[in-house]
Amino acid sequence: MLQPNVLDVQGQAVQGALKHLGFESVEQVRIGRQIEMILPTEDREAASLQLREMAEKLLANPVIEDFQIDIQEA
Amino acid sequence: MHCAVLVFPGSNCDVDLYKAILQIKGATAEYVWHTDTDLDRFDVLLIPGGFTYGDYLRPGALAGVSPVIASVKKAANSGKLVLGICNGFQILIEAGLLPGALLPNQSLQFICDVVPVKVVQSKSPFTSSYNHGDLLRLPIAHGSGNYYCDEVTHQELESNGQIAFSFPPENNPNGSLAGITGLLNEQRNVLGMMPHPERAVKQWLGSTDGLGLFQSMLEHHTA
Repeated sequence: MLQPNVLDVQGQAVQGALKHLGFESVEQVRIGRQIEMILPTEDREAASLQLREMAEKLLANPVIEDFQIDIQEA
Repeated sequence: MHCAVLVFPGSNCDVDLYKAILQIKGATAEYVWHTDTDLDRFDVLLIPGGFTYGDYLRPGALAGVSPVIASVKKAANSGKLVLGICNGFQILIEAGLLPGALLPNQSLQFICDVVPVKVVQSKSPFTSSYNHGDLLRLPIAHGSGNYYCDEVTHQELESNGQIAFSFPPENNPNGSLAGITGLLNEQRNVLGMMPHPERAVKQWLGSTDGLGLFQSMLEHHTA
């Protein structure tokens, strides 16, 4: 997700479009991204560390984005 | 002055940049594929514009972790000149060689235009042929050129004289913070910029204002 202090022009445009559809009450729209991956491991702790590193190094841009990690076992 | 023009999948200003370099007497150029890592023979590294990896994830994000980038970082740390134009600027930022981020243009539209660009810092290896305050006419062509950084970083950029080019306040096409559209690193040997100087090197291209940039680099090299 874009950090709260970063202007989300895409979100603003979508908010405007929602308004055109009659959803006048929407106060703010912010758009993020969801990345799903399969990580074959039994070690939840190690997976979490690895995912954090991936997010910091490539998947998210720490200058403008925050990220959240959600691990689900298959 | 031997220049590397780095080529990634999706680069599309590499030929323009290569040919612009050949306009400068005393400069030679060579294309380098993104998987090459030996850049020792080059004096200057150039990262052209384009849409590397289809702008997937974020513009410049995937190119920013290519094999060649580790060598670019090494070269930058050793003081070699590194210039990134448009997508090249986005790549330099994603690679962590320049601070901040380039967001989608405020209008959400891809902008293709020739616009006035102010020289803010003329004391650098890239801009010494210009005078402070010169208004250049340079082409821009980008969808994500809206420069952003936090207030602390902005103050640092100002006080270190790292802002090389800016759009005048009355003509800021993409919403960049303080109009910033050309940025130096602290040592001033790395420059990223959204406008395309390589597309402004012949009168029949509409402007020759980009020549000064390459001329400055040559002068720096021969000095």
